[in-house]
Amino acid sequence: MSDTLLEIDRLSVDYETARGDLRALRDISFDVRKGEIVGIVGESGCGKSTLISSILRLTAPNTRFRQGEVRFKGEDLLQLPERRMRALRGADISIVFQDPMQTHNPVLSIGQQMLDIQHRSKASRAEKRARAAQMLGAVGIPDPEARLDQFPHEFSGGMRQRIAIAMALMSEPDLLIADEPTTALDATLEVQIIERLQELQREFNCAILFISHHLGVIAELCDRVVVMYAGAVVESGDVREIFHDPKHPYTRRLIDCDPGHIKERARVLPTIPGEVPDLANLPGGCIFRDRCNQAMPRCAAEVPPLTQLKNGHHAACWLNHKEAAE
Amino acid sequence: MSLLDVKDLRTSYGQVNVLAGVSFTVEPGETYALVGESGSGKTTVIRAIAGLAPAQEGSVKFEGREIRGASEREMRPLRKDIAMMFQDPVGSLSPRLTIRSLITEPYRIQGMKDRDLDAEAKRLLEMVNLPAHFADRYPYQLSGGQARRVGVARALALEPKLILADEPTAGLDVSVQGELLNLMNDLRERLGLAMVIITHNLNVVRHVADRMGIMYLGRLVEEGTTEAIFKHPRHPYTRCLLSANPEPDPDARLERIALKGEPPSLLRRPKGCEFRERCPFAQEVCSQTPQWEIENGHGLRCLAPLG
Ligand SMILES: Nc1ncnc2c1ncn2[C@@H]1O[C@H](COP(=O)(O)OP(=O)(O)OP(=O)(O)O)[C@@H](O)[C@H]1O
Ligand SMILES: Nc1ncnc2c1ncn2[C@@H]1O[C@H](COP(=O)(O)OP(=O)(O)OP(=O)(O)O)[C@@H](O)[C@H]1O
Ligand code: SF4
Ligand code: SF4
Ligand SMILES: [Mg+2]
Ligand SMILES: [Mg+2]
Repeated sequence: MSDTLLEIDRLSVDYETARGDLRALRDISFDVRKGEIVGIVGESGCGKSTLISSILRLTAPNTRFRQGEVRFKGEDLLQLPERRMRALRGADISIVFQDPMQTHNPVLSIGQQMLDIQHRSKASRAEKRARAAQMLGAVGIPDPEARLDQFPHEFSGGMRQRIAIAMALMSEPDLLIADEPTTALDATLEVQIIERLQELQREFNCAILFISHHLGVIAELCDRVVVMYAGAVVESGDVREIFHDPKHPYTRRLIDCDPGHIKERARVLPTIPGEVPDLANLPGGCIFRDRCNQAMPRCAAEVPPLTQLKNGHHAACWLNHKEAAE
Repeated sequence: MSLLDVKDLRTSYGQVNVLAGVSFTVEPGETYALVGESGSGKTTVIRAIAGLAPAQEGSVKFEGREIRGASEREMRPLRKDIAMMFQDPVGSLSPRLTIRSLITEPYRIQGMKDRDLDAEAKRLLEMVNLPAHFADRYPYQLSGGQARRVGVARALALEPKLILADEPTAGLDVSVQGELLNLMNDLRERLGLAMVIITHNLNVVRHVADRMGIMYLGRLVEEGTTEAIFKHPRHPYTRCLLSANPEPDPDARLERIALKGEPPSLLRRPKGCEFRERCPFAQEVCSQTPQWEIENGHGLRCLAPLG
């Protein structure tokens, strides 16, 4: 228990819509230990952003928490008074949103916004400004002093993303949650940010929950990986196991689709044919069944539970149960 | 005649020269990738082509016609032929419109009153593999990747001749990314669609681009066929960039060539070769200013190119 920082425990979250309740997250459980870097991967729309907005309780108005707990240092965040939650956000837990515009106020200069987030600090205004400039420099923004007075739209997409990262790091949080923070960064800067995050982990024992579609970045940065599909965790484990010995057909197919593996120009890129199930109208049995080329009769009848295989490797697929039984 | 001919395009914001002369051409049916450092001016280039960012000097010819500095009224009929996919997917979608209105807006703007908009919405959503009932949603009810696909559907609505795509696959999982790139490839083959694609994803560039240009500090520093550049990058910046690409293998040992120092200041552009302070291969001669030179269709701005 002592070195567990964040425990997501059987979390289920719905969105209420005109078509009925959308079961966006179902029975999500996993832990993040102190100083651990955990990657979340999964198809577009599988609930990654919903998960982190639920952890932080920054959800859309039509969200309904159905069940489960989100324990941070042993305390259930879903039960905390809003005042305490606000105090945690930006101090113990920092976030980099998928859409940097969600972080930046368009009508305030970047400098002002970086001063505002230091409101807890006793430092003088000049000191805070100097620290803001230093943080911008650390994420590779040239002329940081001069640029503090500019507004978000005057920066490039990748600069806005780096500023969001700089702002999230300012409080030296215990947990950093980053939702696709490097999509607008070129490869050299991306590597620089990865190194910066690893430094943070080493120096401050900061844990990181890192969402990305870039499997290369996940492979390089993360200790452990959680794979999601259609609102559920389908596999989780050590980064090497996930990449070298994936146990769920979805994970396997996902890795195979990465054009990073294909060094000669391909006319047609590999994909996973078929569609994601309708979350408002879930099929019975395994949620990946329609697209799975290894499906068996059992897969239509029963939902495969997420079960432990070995060394903390978990997967939700009947194939592994068969193996286990033999 | 090229479909798109950009010559010596220059943009400044106040004293800051964001684009210091960018030139390239795109042929019908060709995919041209713009890659390069974050902040090097890629988005500004395509926004300036589309008339959405200023360009004080230079020329942009589309089908031989000068369009730099064209008024919105002059641009409107061209919006049918030139479509844009924006870097920021959610921010570029008006929050008060349903997805149906958003993806069929191009038909309304072009005054195509005879179209059955419901049917078009359905067709477009299907094309980017989103369920038909998404037509009734609002942008905030979409995931990041779903919003990106709506932007793609909208850009493809009018079957343009040229697409200016700013990070069209950022935020998509590799399977959906593959679907989208296959779709664009298909449109290219069927309709001769040409594309300028900005992407940081080098794996995408390798598979979709015919030619590519590498930008640094508001200029192209190298240009050539994608194949040639991946096989033999000759500009040191290109070499560094390609060597950095993270591999989808936790045990990969990458031989990265690190850039030295910090990204340079646009306020005080370095003297001589502007990459010199960070170039791991810099030599004495590099205190002079390299010119753009083209050899066998391969453009280069470097005084001591790699072999
Ligand atoms: N406010 C909302 N109301 C209804 N449905 C929503 C809402 N927000 C998100 N959704 C839906 O919930 C599902 C999960 O969305 P979420 O944003 O968590 O996905 P994601 O995994 O972050 O995807 P991406 O990788 O594309 O960003 C999606 O199908 C999305 O369309
Ligand atoms: N409206 C503006 N006012 C002032 N400066 C601007 C404006 N728009 C862009 N810039 C500056 O121009 C430079 C180039 O920006 P641009 O968005 O074109 O870069 P980019 O190559 O697309 O970068 P990224 O890969 O990060 O998206 C940056 O230094 C940016 O801050
Ligand atoms: S449980 Fe069956 S359908 Fe589901 S992933 Fe495993 S084999 Fe495929
Ligand atoms: S001119 Fe010299 S400093 Fe500039 S890129 Fe070439 S080798 Fe490097
Ligand atoms: Mg998301
Ligand atoms: Mg850009």
